[in-house]
Amino acid sequence: MAKKPTTRKTTKSGKPAARRKAVKSNVPAASDADLIKYYKDMLMMRRFEEKAGQMYGMGLIGGFCHLYIGQEAVVTGIQAELKDGDSILTSYRDHAHMLACGIDPKVILAELTGRETGISKGKGGSMHMFSVEHGFFGGHGIVGAQVPIGAGLAFAHKYRKNDNVSVTYFGDGAVNQGQVYESFNMARLWNLPVIFVIENNQYAMGTSIARSSSEVELFRRGESFKIEGEMIDGMDVLAVREAAARAVAKCRKGEGPVLLEMKTYRYRGHSMSDPAKYRSKEEVSKMRAEFDPIDQVKNRILEGNIMSEDELKAIDKEIKAVVSEAADFAQISAEPDPSELYTDVLVAE
Amino acid sequence: MSVEILLPAMSPTMTEGNVAKWNFNEGDKVAPGDVLAEIETDKATMELETDEEGVLGKILVAEGSEGIAVGTLIAVILEDGEDASVLDGITATVAAPASEPPVMETTEAAPVPELSAPVAAIPVESDLPEGTTFTNMTVREALRDAMAEEMRIDKDVFVMGEEVAEYQGAYKVTQNLLQEFGEERVIDTPITEHGFAGLAVGAAMAGLKPVVEFMTFNFAMQAIDQIINSAAKTNYMSGGQIRCPMVFRGPNGAASRVGAQHSQNYASWYAHVPGLIVVAPYSAADCKGLLKAAIKNPNPVIFLENEITYGYSFDVPDIEDYTVPIGKAKVVREGADVTLVSYSIGVKFALDAAEKLAAEGVDAEVIDLRTIRPLDMDTIIESVKKTNRVVCVEEGWATCSVSSEISARLMEDAFDYLDAPVMRVTNEDVPMPYAANLEKLAVVSDDLIVAAAKQVCYKQGE
Repeated sequence: MAKKPTTRKTTKSGKPAARRKAVKSNVPAASDADLIKYYKDMLMMRRFEEKAGQMYGMGLIGGFCHLYIGQEAVVTGIQAELKDGDSILTSYRDHAHMLACGIDPKVILAELTGRETGISKGKGGSMHMFSVEHGFFGGHGIVGAQVPIGAGLAFAHKYRKNDNVSVTYFGDGAVNQGQVYESFNMARLWNLPVIFVIENNQYAMGTSIARSSSEVELFRRGESFKIEGEMIDGMDVLAVREAAARAVAKCRKGEGPVLLEMKTYRYRGHSMSDPAKYRSKEEVSKMRAEFDPIDQVKNRILEGNIMSEDELKAIDKEIKAVVSEAADFAQISAEPDPSELYTDVLVAE
Repeated sequence: MSVEILLPAMSPTMTEGNVAKWNFNEGDKVAPGDVLAEIETDKATMELETDEEGVLGKILVAEGSEGIAVGTLIAVILEDGEDASVLDGITATVAAPASEPPVMETTEAAPVPELSAPVAAIPVESDLPEGTTFTNMTVREALRDAMAEEMRIDKDVFVMGEEVAEYQGAYKVTQNLLQEFGEERVIDTPITEHGFAGLAVGAAMAGLKPVVEFMTFNFAMQAIDQIINSAAKTNYMSGGQIRCPMVFRGPNGAASRVGAQHSQNYASWYAHVPGLIVVAPYSAADCKGLLKAAIKNPNPVIFLENEITYGYSFDVPDIEDYTVPIGKAKVVREGADVTLVSYSIGVKFALDAAEKLAAEGVDAEVIDLRTIRPLDMDTIIESVKKTNRVVCVEEGWATCSVSSEISARLMEDAFDYLDAPVMRVTNEDVPMPYAANLEKLAVVSDDLIVAAAKQVCYKQGE
């Protein structure tokens, strides 16, 4: 199943030029500081998710818990091109998106453990987290439902005549929901500044894209709405960033929407309860060994003599400490006061 | 043989119209396809074509005449060579139907409400400052004024939905909003309920205040996931961070002869959901005051209107920025013997029934709930303390209805005040039939309410 991610493009006119020929992504060089930042950010996501997985196994996290391990380059590369005031939202696989927005890992992990210090006061859980302050609008539990909402955030940017954009993430499972296409139609009709990012990790829960989609080249799904689409190697943070830069620039100029298909891969099951028997161990091992987003950046750092192996290890240690501290915080924080049961149902006038 | 031209009904609920313009004069020749006249209703202007050839013999209703009943003889066409003397003595009368369709015998006396009667039962206005003046207007105008006023006050308020802008609203509720506020704030959507409901939720999460019109609430079922899972629950799930200050509005319940898929009452569906406010007013004053309150409210509000009442006229107070508090029911008729509780068009049935009951010596109190969630049980229980009897009236199904909820809460909170079981008078438990006689049998009526009220007063058969 797993093929090396490639980069393809469809044009606004729907010309399927890239359908026949894979185009090598033209990845620009990144600054040393950028590479180090992406390494740190992605490693934080990886360690955070590993910790969440452990804590789930210990019974400290309940319900559903969907990990982002393997997909880190997508959100990291896109976030690199965003600015204050931009809006982000995604599905229930949302922990890393929050970290990318700069939200404190403590309040995320405390939400996962259902504590009063959690970002939703313990009332949302893994799938339902938000931060207006950081422009993060969830955390949505119904597959595909965030897509029209993301178009609505873009609508608000246009209504207010600012140059901010909405980044609306969804998976390859959501692309078969009708409301995604209702959103595409309105987004193009009204030229909304929205970047639709399909995180194609190739499995919608247990169903591979080939078994669920009549058109597996998801970047083409916007063609009949005159939305330009592009397929990007979502395992390479620099390829993602470069595509994001172009998409963001278009949207800021009022030339949105844009559709980006990020070819990516999740190493873990769909959720913690999924043993992922629908794919081979070899497939997963190959992806991890050859395309891991963090290793790719690490190799660039080492090959460029930007940092030594020891220096990278020191970063790893720092991040482990931050995650460990967050885990402690998430466990020692109190559960919500019973009176919280009745608050926030309605906003008091 | 002369041909009689009657004022046609151009929509299921049209009962009267205006003859806006005659395109021909008496004595002019007309041919099939000619547009004889323009007929104006409160919703639209339509062209009246002829399918006859001849001479326009006589115009019986002059251009500019208003409030002409459907079926009124408005003109006569003479066939070629026919003598004009046949026109002598003809006047603009309402033509009686050639023959009444046979009515099926039922075991009970068939209750036959005049569903389309354009006369509103007028509730009591009691809670306004002394000296308040009023303007008589339709429910439709009151709703439009509410939106226009709020849009003038707050630039974040916008209206979106199918046909709300250029078409002026499928039911003309958004008339002239496009002209005043422009296309950035009055937005025609594609027919894409799930999509535009979700898009509006996103806009509300970003702090705008969308007023989403569903052409009818029947179509909102396409969007119900966004309404409930996204709009209603996000404030709670976010620990109070993400608000959805928005209104979903549109006609709800049975109209007339539009069949099962277009004739459903969703009040109890939405009233079931914590995180939503559900409003279903009856009078124009309440429609205006509550829609304004709904738009100002920081929560998602389901605002249920009724197509049949759009053309009803009521006095609306001339008070600046007039709002009606959400969550407050209103005693619209005082009485001592039995309490009739209803909402939306059910209030009309209840008020009509109260008149009939009065003639039979039963003094009924009528409560208009106005808001369904939160339900104002205090007002109902205060009334029960006086009357000790309750009949719930609802133009909708009985099972798991608003009436069922009221009945249950009265059992829990007012059991000792009840001298009789609480009755529910509702629509029949069937999808809405199309046939005129069956539809009348399916929908709640004042006669059914009268019977139930007498039953709880132990006056059955008197």
